[in-house]
Amino acid sequence: MYGGNCCHNNNSHIGGVNLEISRNWRLRNQRYRLVGTECGCGHRSFPPRRICPTCRENPQNPVQFSGTGTVYSYSTLYEAPEGFEQFIPYTVALIDLDEGPMISAQLTDVDPEDVAIGMRVEMVTRKLKEQGESGLIVYGYKFRPIVGCYP
Amino acid sequence: MREVVIAGVGQIAVREHWETSLRDLAYQSIKKAVSDAGTDSVDALYIGNMLAGELSGQEHLGALISDYCGFDGIEAVRIEAAAASGGAALRQGAMSVACGLNDCVVVTGVEQMTDVLQDKVTAGLSLALDTEYELASGISLAALFAILTRRYVHEGCCSPEDLALFCVNAQKNAVGNDYAMFRREITVDTIMRSPMAADPIHVLECPPVCDGSASVVLLPAEKADLEAPVKITGSAVATGTIGVNNRPDPLVFESVRDSTEKALRMAGKTREDVDFYELHDLFPVVAALSLEASGFAKKGEGALMARNGDIALEGKIPITTMGGCKARGNPVGACGIYQAAEAVLQLRQQAGKNQLPCEVGMIQCMGGTAATTITHILEV
Ligand SMILES: [Zn+2]
Repeated sequence: MYGGNCCHNNNSHIGGVNLEISRNWRLRNQRYRLVGTECGCGHRSFPPRRICPTCRENPQNPVQFSGTGTVYSYSTLYEAPEGFEQFIPYTVALIDLDEGPMISAQLTDVDPEDVAIGMRVEMVTRKLKEQGESGLIVYGYKFRPIVGCYP
Repeated sequence: MREVVIAGVGQIAVREHWETSLRDLAYQSIKKAVSDAGTDSVDALYIGNMLAGELSGQEHLGALISDYCGFDGIEAVRIEAAAASGGAALRQGAMSVACGLNDCVVVTGVEQMTDVLQDKVTAGLSLALDTEYELASGISLAALFAILTRRYVHEGCCSPEDLALFCVNAQKNAVGNDYAMFRREITVDTIMRSPMAADPIHVLECPPVCDGSASVVLLPAEKADLEAPVKITGSAVATGTIGVNNRPDPLVFESVRDSTEKALRMAGKTREDVDFYELHDLFPVVAALSLEASGFAKKGEGALMARNGDIALEGKIPITTMGGCKARGNPVGACGIYQAAEAVLQLRQQAGKNQLPCEVGMIQCMGGTAATTITHILEV
C-alpha cells in the first residue's frame, strides 16, 4: 500500500473487511440501516446505484428498506474465506426483500438445519468480523428468522 | 482486420509446483509454445493472471515475465478479469494481431495458488465478487454457486446426483490428458459421500487448488507457414451485474448467453457447427447453467445433458474434453489459455485418446458469478 495509513495490521488486504476505517465509515448507511436507492420508475436497488438498471435514469433517491424478506436459497459453509474461520459453520443466503431487491447476507440466530427456502427473515445488526486483538470490530446486517414464521 | 491463427501452444502439468516460482511457471509454458510455433521474434506478451498480487505479493507481471524470458524490451502487460483473465488476455492478443499493431504475440496464463493456505485462496478467489457487499458478509465464490445449486435442484431441474455426473465426466476425460491434475475416474457415490464444502456442494465437486501455466503464440494468417492452422474466428466478452443477487433470474447467466451469441455471429457459425464446448465448469451447476445460457440446452435442462450422456466425448456436445476445471485443475487466470491449448490439440488431431472428430471448438471462461464471460471460436 502507498503512504502511511496507520490502521493496517500485518495481514494482507484479503478478506474484504480487513479495511480502512474510512471505508467502513462510508458504508455505514448500508451496513446499519440498509439504505439503497429508488428510481422515479419505481425500481429499487441494493446496494445503491447511480444509474437505474431498468430505465437508465439518473439520479436515484436514497431509500431505507424495512429489512424483512424471504430466503431465495442458502448455503452452509464449512470452508470460509480468511477472517471468517471463527464462524464456521455459518449460513449465507440470497434474500428477496419485501420491497423488491434481492440481497446477499449471512443468517444468524438459527441452526443451519432449520433454514429453508421460503423462510421469512428480518435484518438485525451483528458483528461481521473482528480484526485481531487490536483491530477493528466491523458490524453490519445479518438476517434472522421472524419468530413464528417458519414455513 | 487480419485473420489470426494460433501457431503454437505450450502447457505445463497442473499440480502443486512447490519447487517452481511464478516466473518459472510462465517461462516453461512460454518456451514450449514458442518452440511449437517455431518463431524466433516475439513482439508482445499478454499475461492472464488473477491472484499474483494477493497470493504472491507480486504485481507488474508484464515486465517481470518478459524480462525473465529474455524478451528484450517488448510490449508486455498483465490482464485481469478474475477467472476470465486468460480469455481476456487471449482476446487482447488476438486484437493486437488482427489490427496489425503486432505480428507475433505470446499469450500466457499463469497462476500460483499453493504457496498459501486454503482460507487465503478462498478469500482471494472471492475478490472476484463485490467485496464490500458479498465478501464483507463472509460470502465466498463457492457459497454463491452453492446457493444457486440448491435453488436449481429446488426448482426441480435435476437431482444432486445428476450434477455430480459433470465431475464424473470431467475426471474420466482427464485420464487421457498428460497435463491434468486428477487423472483417475470417480463415481457419483464417492462424490456424494465426500464432506460438504459449501452445502450442497461436496468437496469432490470443487476444482483443486493448484499451480499452472499455459501459453499460445498468435500470428497473422498471412505470415503463418502452416498447413492447417487453427484460426480464431470469433471472440467476444460480455459482462453482467457484479452481484448475482441483482439479476432478474440468478439462474440465467446472461453474460454467457450474450458472449456466446456474439462470438458465434462473428465467426459466422451456429450452435450446430460447434463440435465441442470447453465451458467453465467451476462447479457442476456452472456447467449446467452454461449449457442452458449458451443455448445448447433449454432452461432447466442443462443437467439432463449430463444424465443423457450428451456431454461425453461421444455425445452430442462434448464438454471439458481434457478434464476442465474440475479435473485438469483450475489455475484461475491460466484457465482460458489451457482451454485454448486443449482446443488447438483437438483441432490439430493431436488430442490422443480424447480425440474428437472436430473442426470447430468453442472455449469459454467466466469471472465471478458470471459477471464476465469470454468466448472464443476456434476452427481449422
Ligand atoms: Zn428507473
